Amino acid sequence: MAFFFAQFLTGLANASSLFLVASGLSLIFGVTRIVNFAHGSFYMLGAFVGITLMNVLPGTVGFWGAILLTGLAVGAIGAFVEMVVLRPIYRAPELFQLVATFGVILVIQDLALMIWGAQDRMGPRAPGLRGVWRIFGEPVPKYDLVMIAITPFILFALWYLITKTRVGVLVRAATQDREMVGALGVNQAWLFTGVFALGSALAGWGGALQLPKGGADLLMDFNIIGSVFVVVVIGGMGSLPGAFIAAVLISVLNVFGVTYLPQSTLVLMFVVMAVVLIIRPYGLLGREEVAGEHGQVGAPETPIRPYGRLGQTLVGVLLLALVALPLVVDQFMLILLIDMVVFALFAASLHFILGTGGLVSFGHAAFFGGGAYAAALLVYHLNTPMEIAFLFAPFAAGLLALGIGWFCIRLSGVYFAMLTLAFSQLVWSMAYQWRGLTRGDDGLVNIWPSSWLSDTIPFYYFTLAFGIGGILVLRHIIHAPFGYALRAGRDSPRQAEAMGIHVKRIQHTAFGLAGLMAGLAGGIFVFSKGSVFPTELEIGASFDALIVVFLGGVKTLAGGVVGAGFLTVIEDWLTRLEYWRLLLGLVIIAVVIIAPEGIVGTLRSRWAKLRGHNEEVVK
Amino acid sequence: MTEILRVENLKKSYDGFLAVNGVSFAVQQGELKALIGPNGAGKSTCFNMLMGQLKPTAGQVFLDGENITGKQPRDIWRKGVGRTFQITGTYQSMTVIENVQMALMSHHRKLFAMRPRAWKLFRGEAFEFLETVSMADQADRPCSILAYGDLKRLELAIALTHRPRLLLMDEPTAGMAPSARIALMQLVADIVQDQGVSVLFTEHDMDVVFAHAHHIMVLNRGALIADGSAAQVRNNPQVQDVYLGGGTLFKEAQDA
Ligand SMILES: Nc1ncnc2c1ncn2[C@@H]1O[C@H](COP(=O)(O)OP(=O)(O)O)[C@@H](O)[C@H]1O
Ligand SMILES: [Mg+2]
Repeated sequence: MAFFFAQFLTGLANASSLFLVASGLSLIFGVTRIVNFAHGSFYMLGAFVGITLMNVLPGTVGFWGAILLTGLAVGAIGAFVEMVVLRPIYRAPELFQLVATFGVILVIQDLALMIWGAQDRMGPRAPGLRGVWRIFGEPVPKYDLVMIAITPFILFALWYLITKTRVGVLVRAATQDREMVGALGVNQAWLFTGVFALGSALAGWGGALQLPKGGADLLMDFNIIGSVFVVVVIGGMGSLPGAFIAAVLISVLNVFGVTYLPQSTLVLMFVVMAVVLIIRPYGLLGREEVAGEHGQVGAPETPIRPYGRLGQTLVGVLLLALVALPLVVDQFMLILLIDMVVFALFAASLHFILGTGGLVSFGHAAFFGGGAYAAALLVYHLNTPMEIAFLFAPFAAGLLALGIGWFCIRLSGVYFAMLTLAFSQLVWSMAYQWRGLTRGDDGLVNIWPSSWLSDTIPFYYFTLAFGIGGILVLRHIIHAPFGYALRAGRDSPRQAEAMGIHVKRIQHTAFGLAGLMAGLAGGIFVFSKGSVFPTELEIGASFDALIVVFLGGVKTLAGGVVGAGFLTVIEDWLTRLEYWRLLLGLVIIAVVIIAPEGIVGTLRSRWAKLRGHNEEVVK
Repeated sequence: MTEILRVENLKKSYDGFLAVNGVSFAVQQGELKALIGPNGAGKSTCFNMLMGQLKPTAGQVFLDGENITGKQPRDIWRKGVGRTFQITGTYQSMTVIENVQMALMSHHRKLFAMRPRAWKLFRGEAFEFLETVSMADQADRPCSILAYGDLKRLELAIALTHRPRLLLMDEPTAGMAPSARIALMQLVADIVQDQGVSVLFTEHDMDVVFAHAHHIMVLNRGALIADGSAAQVRNNPQVQDVYLGGGTLFKEAQDA
């Protein structure tokens, strides 16, 4: 019993830092409606800045002073990011905002690497709180108890700020009705900046406060973001008490998980989330979100048409060139091309659900990696022939997508994005922790194709057949009634429902189809590499696909394909640079702000302008 | 005459505020009936409850004797109810004719078809519907560049595709020039005559209402205060109070 209680206290202590970070994210979302994926980066900055300051400032006062200053510093950085990156894109569609914050993650990662180096840092102990106290005979670190004592004050202070002060009244007004704030004579831009700074400061404090229990490393940003999203989703977006309850729930659960089910701590968290969401789709204390109007960037999308003579010829020539290539290029080039085609199919499947369907999925890697794992597991454990295992990949991924889609499709907008992300984390944590089945981060190796495909050239043709074939099938479906119905549900769900279209059912089917195609790409992938690791399921993998679709252009399928080719090539030399993330991050941010239509989109509008111009000249 | 639509004691409350407060009425087969009232009277809320966009707080809706209260819009559409919206919601990324084809694909239950080319499907049929509303010449223009009045006519064509028994039109002429309004409502009146469709519509332009509606209902603050012929409604003291008392002289400003 005493042990039980001590465990519970540890959970509570862990909750305080998690709550700080989550409340910041929740606050920012509540007011600005931006899901700040870079929130984990502010948490990481908090940890690094905290260590630096603690080394300078001596003693107890120095320790707590350092924590206080850290929050202020991170808040200032947050304000800067908000003004430079987010201000120009508040009216843009969610995807743009999410991608921009992802750019911020990359930039901060490399800046942190430059300043603090790649080494993990141990956090300093809190002066005067080094030992343990005994509670019912069980040792509990003193610092834990101090954290537990502080948390209610933080919750109270935030609650007081939001409900009792003038600033809080404005923030709440902005949460409910953003136009109204303007009417109250408040500069909305500065209110947003202020809230963003406060939210970032909270994340910074979270990072600094956990130092004596943990430390600082460059993976903290991604490591925390999964839990933070789970907390915010369970608690209800925009709800502070919800975030608190959920943070306590998740942290306590984690502590007990480590003791009793050490193999499934991560999985457990997502299972709890799934259960909560089945019962309350908007979280414990969240309110139903009425899907708002989505912003538009650039000209409205032009109607789609199958390619004309010229386009068909070009595609035909390109395909012929791809078929003829093995005659002229070396093996290295073929392998690069295989990677390219695999990535292009993966991106095309994401484009299908995101561009045509209007559903911003943040966990698409779950289906790519899921397909790869499905095939690899059959081969590894059951010695299944490659041909059968390969076909199993899209099948399993499609089923997985139907299952996950059942939960996610019920929600829309950012809720949908968060849920897909959380579910992909669930799949990842299973691959990572279920070592008996998946061998964890040792990965599944020796997954080679059958002998007739073991040379590079046959496998290249195999990849072309299924990869390009998959892309063409997707393209065909986009032009079929199903694709039109999917687009109708995106353009105007109300109108679609009023003409007999079951929008959610169409979307669910499309989600399954996109998963199937991603799984097909994963199937090709695993046999081309001969192995699969949990990295294929990471958030980063989902984001790669998103960025590809985004860079290429959301509005055309060709965008995703071009983007994939582009990224595969530049990644090759980009990753040789020391600070490639910084560069990529800056490019992404620049594209979001300057050329939001992406590569293909921008080219197309240039082309249209040029032609329009010519026509006028002819007249 | 048979009753196509019957509404009993319909209510909608928003946090205690009764936007629609116990409305009952009926629409007869082949009738062109207007629902009028000042801004915020609850007309759109009423329409949304008739077709399932909103769940009523209380009350019932019967279509041809069948209780359809609380059903989904898509199911009510399949039962033969079409509607146009106060704020148009056509598909921006499709051409004019594709918007009509989309409705036809749904009508012919082709939504899950993945093989045929959508832009070839039911094109001839769609073209005929566009001709009914004189939009055939604009068939292949992108919907996103249409003038507002043309969008309204396109919406009408879309609403006719499944040969509805009942058509609900929320401010079909809002934002149009006066002459275009009369023309559009004349078109609707002809359709009512030819196809025996029943139409319930809301409208701000009293010229349009008195020129075309067979019967008129007046809604004020969520309650029906009159239901009858043009003459009956015109001479109803309560109605005069609402309109004349408000100084609006049967000429209401546009909805925002
Ligand atoms: N979602 C809502 N929440 C609260 N009040 C609403 C909502 N929708 C409409 N109302 C209110 O209900 C009343 C009726 O609105 P509406 O049906 O749009 O009127 P009309 O179409 O006759 O102009 C108005 O007072 C409006 O403010
Ligand atoms: Mg209205």
